[in-house]
Amino acid sequence: MVTSKDKRTPWLYVLPALFLLTVFLILPTLQTFWLSFHSGFGFNPTKFVGLENYIRLLTHDPFFLNLNRWPPSGAVVNNVLWLVLFTAGTVSIGLAIAVLADRVRYEAVIKAVIFVPMVISATAASVIFRFVYSSDATVGVINALLTGLFPRLEPVPWLGRTNLVNYAVIGAGVWIWTGLAMTVLSAAYKSLDREVLEAAAVDGANAWQTFWQITLPMLSQPITVVAITMVINALKMLDLILVMTAGGPRNASRTIAFSMYWEVFNNTVAGYGSAIAMVLLLLVTPIIVLQIRRFRAEEGLR
Amino acid sequence: MSIQTAAPRMSTASSADLVRWLVRLVGRGAIHAVLIGLGLVWLVPSLGLFITSLRSPADVATSGWWTAFSQARFTLGNYVDVLAARGFNHNFVNSFIITVPSTLLPILIAALAGYAFAWLKFWGRDVLFLVVIALLVIPLQTTWVPVLRMFNDPVGYFRVGWIPFLAQLDLRLTGSFVGIWLAHTAYGLPFAIFVLRNFFIGLPKELFDSAKIDGASDFGIFWRIALPLSVPALASLVIFQFMWVWNDLMNALIFLQDATKQPLTVSIQALLSTYGSEWHLLAAGAFVTMSVPLLVFFGLQQYFVRGITAGAVKG
Repeated sequence: MVTSKDKRTPWLYVLPALFLLTVFLILPTLQTFWLSFHSGFGFNPTKFVGLENYIRLLTHDPFFLNLNRWPPSGAVVNNVLWLVLFTAGTVSIGLAIAVLADRVRYEAVIKAVIFVPMVISATAASVIFRFVYSSDATVGVINALLTGLFPRLEPVPWLGRTNLVNYAVIGAGVWIWTGLAMTVLSAAYKSLDREVLEAAAVDGANAWQTFWQITLPMLSQPITVVAITMVINALKMLDLILVMTAGGPRNASRTIAFSMYWEVFNNTVAGYGSAIAMVLLLLVTPIIVLQIRRFRAEEGLR
Repeated sequence: MSIQTAAPRMSTASSADLVRWLVRLVGRGAIHAVLIGLGLVWLVPSLGLFITSLRSPADVATSGWWTAFSQARFTLGNYVDVLAARGFNHNFVNSFIITVPSTLLPILIAALAGYAFAWLKFWGRDVLFLVVIALLVIPLQTTWVPVLRMFNDPVGYFRVGWIPFLAQLDLRLTGSFVGIWLAHTAYGLPFAIFVLRNFFIGLPKELFDSAKIDGASDFGIFWRIALPLSVPALASLVIFQFMWVWNDLMNALIFLQDATKQPLTVSIQALLSTYGSEWHLLAAGAFVTMSVPLLVFFGLQQYFVRGITAGAVKG
């Protein structure tokens, strides 16, 4: 450890960073917490209402959580769909490509193709998928294929049906983020001990058995890391939904993060939106704790 | 790879080997089928939009992009239209004006902080670093309303209106480039500090000790030893932050409520809401925004993948 002669100088190094983090992240988060107990129009809600925003959010806002009808609906339910399908989709497809591409000569090409969507903005990806999902069969390639194969079929408005829209947008999300899962899992797969995998083959295990009984357990740690990343992404999912569907049709594709944006910047009820932001913060808190634990464990090993 | 090297070992021909060989052949066929199938699913959406961007408005309106293969006639007219007539050339410049300072500032500030967190000793260091880790995952949603209020009225927000000359100044940051630079800088810091601190701490201790013995100052060590050694880490970080800011929609929407200053992402979104079915325009516009990230990606793939992979949880 380098020791400074002057005890104050190290602070000069961290001061600019601490100032910005305090002014833009720490204090605003505390203030949002405070605002979540207030109501009123605009960005400066002043009327103190206690827990009213939270109570309304969880019991009287059908767009956020509607448990009165079966099946349950609302942003929370959509976010659960996102958590499950988006995470499962990106991790499983990413893992499949990581393992399979290792055996072919065009590995670099296929990996670049899968990774490119990670590079472009969610806005551009939204344009791409509004195009792909278009209900006009001379525009949307999916409907062109379907009506070409089954001429009696009507084009399906993938983004226009309340019971399809979430799956369609999640599909676009998987298209964007699979490249990340693939890259991390491919690096982990290539660093596995080849001798263990080859020993399994010698013992008569086929590729399928080797994958499920040896490769997968050995990759459990990187898979967990990728899955956590995808869970965070699913919780924060906003711009893709804003540009693709603006939460519609009939508010059927809202997520928690989208609801927060919409209540604050479209309906201009900042206190109510702040309560949603706090729900979101509460949901990522376990992940924050997990990250800190993991960091401390790694530091302990050093 | 292991399959290919294992194959020649079994050269003694028997019926069991033949069966095995057949199974392997089918297996390899399945692997190619899965990979090429997925590759097509990933490629076709962007390819379709790209082809559309090169077709004339009349062609786009009457037939699907897949028919363009049989009647190949392409034009750059949509790009000219979107850049000149729809003002995307301005938004393109805006994107650069927003992105360059928002990339360099946080990395410079984070390098200083990361170095201190790694190699300098000061009170509260370890707790502060845990705070940085916690901020890494925090949703930006929890900051937008107060930060916007601060930008709308900085003097009132910090309660400094009693200082005589301050009250007369127009310090409004909403709709100014300075505001969005500061926001992106602050939002980029936790990740940049985290990456650089972890990189700096991996440098050999002897390097710092011997420089110290040679009489180098803390800042001299930072500037002449730590920074030059961390060029690969800095490069990945620069690319990551550049891409993040270039592709950002939400912060630009919220903090830059000024039509003349908006970046490409916002103009695409606006185009989508007014010309939602003018696909020749939308396609060209989307590829204008994608051009810079794609060039950077194909030019600097190594740094790129490393940077994006490390920072995927940001935002």
